[in-house]
Amino acid sequence: MDRPFATESRIHPSAHRRARFAAHFARPGWTVFARSMAAMFGGYALASSTAVFLAVALPGARGQAVLTGMLVAIVVAACAALWAFATRSALRAWLGIAVPALLLAAAAHALGAWS
Amino acid sequence: MKQGFRQSMAWLHTWTGLLVGWLLLLIFMAGTASYYREEISRWMRPELPASQVSADVAAQRAVAFLQANAAHAETWFVTLPDARNPAIRLFWRNPDSMVKPPVEGERRRRGGGRFGEATVDPNTGNALEARQTRGGDFFYRLHFDLHYLPVMWARYLVGFCAMFMLVAIITGVITHKKIFKDFFTFRPEKGLRSWLDFHNVSAVMALPYHAMITYTGIVTLMVMYMPWGMKAAYPQDENAFFSEAFGGLPEITTEAGQRMPSAPVQRLLDSARLQWNGADVAGFSVVHPGADNAVIDIRQRDGRRLSSETPALRYDMVRGTLLQHSPEAGAATATRGVMYGLHLAHFADWGLRALFFLSGLVGCLMVASGVVLWAVKERPKHARQGRIGFGLRLVDALNIGTVAGLPIAFAAYFWGNRLLPVGLQARAEMEVSVFFYTWAAALVAAFVWPRRAMWAVQLYAGAAMFALLPVVNALTTSAHLGITLRTGDWVLAGFDLAMLAFGAMLALCAWRMQHWQPPLSAAEKKKRAAAMAHAAKTAEAGA
Repeated sequence: MDRPFATESRIHPSAHRRARFAAHFARPGWTVFARSMAAMFGGYALASSTAVFLAVALPGARGQAVLTGMLVAIVVAACAALWAFATRSALRAWLGIAVPALLLAAAAHALGAWS
Repeated sequence: MKQGFRQSMAWLHTWTGLLVGWLLLLIFMAGTASYYREEISRWMRPELPASQVSADVAAQRAVAFLQANAAHAETWFVTLPDARNPAIRLFWRNPDSMVKPPVEGERRRRGGGRFGEATVDPNTGNALEARQTRGGDFFYRLHFDLHYLPVMWARYLVGFCAMFMLVAIITGVITHKKIFKDFFTFRPEKGLRSWLDFHNVSAVMALPYHAMITYTGIVTLMVMYMPWGMKAAYPQDENAFFSEAFGGLPEITTEAGQRMPSAPVQRLLDSARLQWNGADVAGFSVVHPGADNAVIDIRQRDGRRLSSETPALRYDMVRGTLLQHSPEAGAATATRGVMYGLHLAHFADWGLRALFFLSGLVGCLMVASGVVLWAVKERPKHARQGRIGFGLRLVDALNIGTVAGLPIAFAAYFWGNRLLPVGLQARAEMEVSVFFYTWAAALVAAFVWPRRAMWAVQLYAGAAMFALLPVVNALTTSAHLGITLRTGDWVLAGFDLAMLAFGAMLALCAWRMQHWQPPLSAAEKKKRAAAMAHAAKTAEAGA
């Protein structure tokens, strides 16, 4: 089996200690684990916040907005999993999922969810 | 970067597919069988007479049966016979006062006596005198509730697998550079290449089906998987969401009133048909039966509608006045209804149903060839090291035990239906046990000896069990091919013929597996050619 995630982060020679730290987390086993967690739990969190955001933000009848949120969330979860394994590093995988999830959750809260 | 992206998608495809492949195969096979849920139920109750009465008479008999056996229920739920199912199916919900408290140490039955059910022969109006069996309902439940597991856990597990499947489908498409060309590419007798081609063909041929069935499958349970939007928008009252979003008639929350006789049910059904310009009635439910505020909801037959949301009418059951039409569905409700309906395929007539079934079978082949492909690809590495590692051995055993073992279990379930004594205690549950014990035996055998010969043994066993099923049927019932073909009973005859076809297909697979020779690699071929040439030269020199 090829290991596409094995050689992903280049170690900068000037920061030796940081490099060793980075090297530890660049090991394929660790990055696969980190990416898997991002794909599954991060993906679910992103999908959930999308669903909540759409449920409170979409115009029209509330029930329809909630259902639309659910239907879209499934696709979002799948796309999040792809992103987690497609991007250059595990850190980017997490950031690319966690940041939009938090933004959507904050926007949903501003619009009246969980208040 | 482009190369890297495709490579990482290929990696993701391999591992998402392999991790859930075996459970997915069970889900796929059970789901595919569920397209013929009613037909399987019919075959598994050969005593069942064909329904010869009109819907009105059947409805009257259903009400009479419920009045005699469930007069104090809170709700009745009636499904009338149709072309695919000749019996009346009844459910009722008992009031709280009739629910027995759970007994310590005793395995609690689902609902604890809260629900009653009966299958009634519409010709006589009596409870059906047929063997106890779960019939096709077993596969339907197995498809998303699995078995032996708490229902909620099982549904989360199935949802998890479905999500992996969705990711595997998307990454599979991305991995493909030449999706159109691969569609027409099959290179047989080439080992790994052939398996890959087969996996591609089975995936691409029915790709729209696979994508549709996986997404809509998640949609059927999405309220459970993704409830957060609902919880945020309806923090107080989830029931308000359900009645707003699912377009049905609102739930009735009033208490039952004084006892009062109801209007005759066929009059209400007639009135409903008039409202629908003659469309058929599928069934009805009654809230507070026998009370002066009894209400009846009459459901239209789904017929050719794509959506699972069927129109319904609500009548005052005592006075016979129309109270309410089911509300017009909103856009998202209608979308979900169509998704749900597509997954269940109740709208399909026999031709389309067969196409769905075949697509489901192709899906099974796709999953099966995928997990086999992993093992075929892995084997040369292990061969080079001189021994089969633990991982490959595990995958080999699971492959044999599910890909070849599951068909045996399916056939065994049908054998159990014909061979278990009719009067047996807990007979329906026993049939299910036959399914799982057989599968367990196949898995254990595969783990003990995960070799190619085991593939052939199990495939031959499955072939024999499917092919002999019509024979067992002929020996144990009078609903066999000799009679069903003559009387043109295509449901029962079709079942037996399908079993013969499955037997033949499995036998073909087994034969191929038995006589298959590992193909030579290019290097090996070159080496042998050189050796031959060398031998010829030395022979020439000698002469």
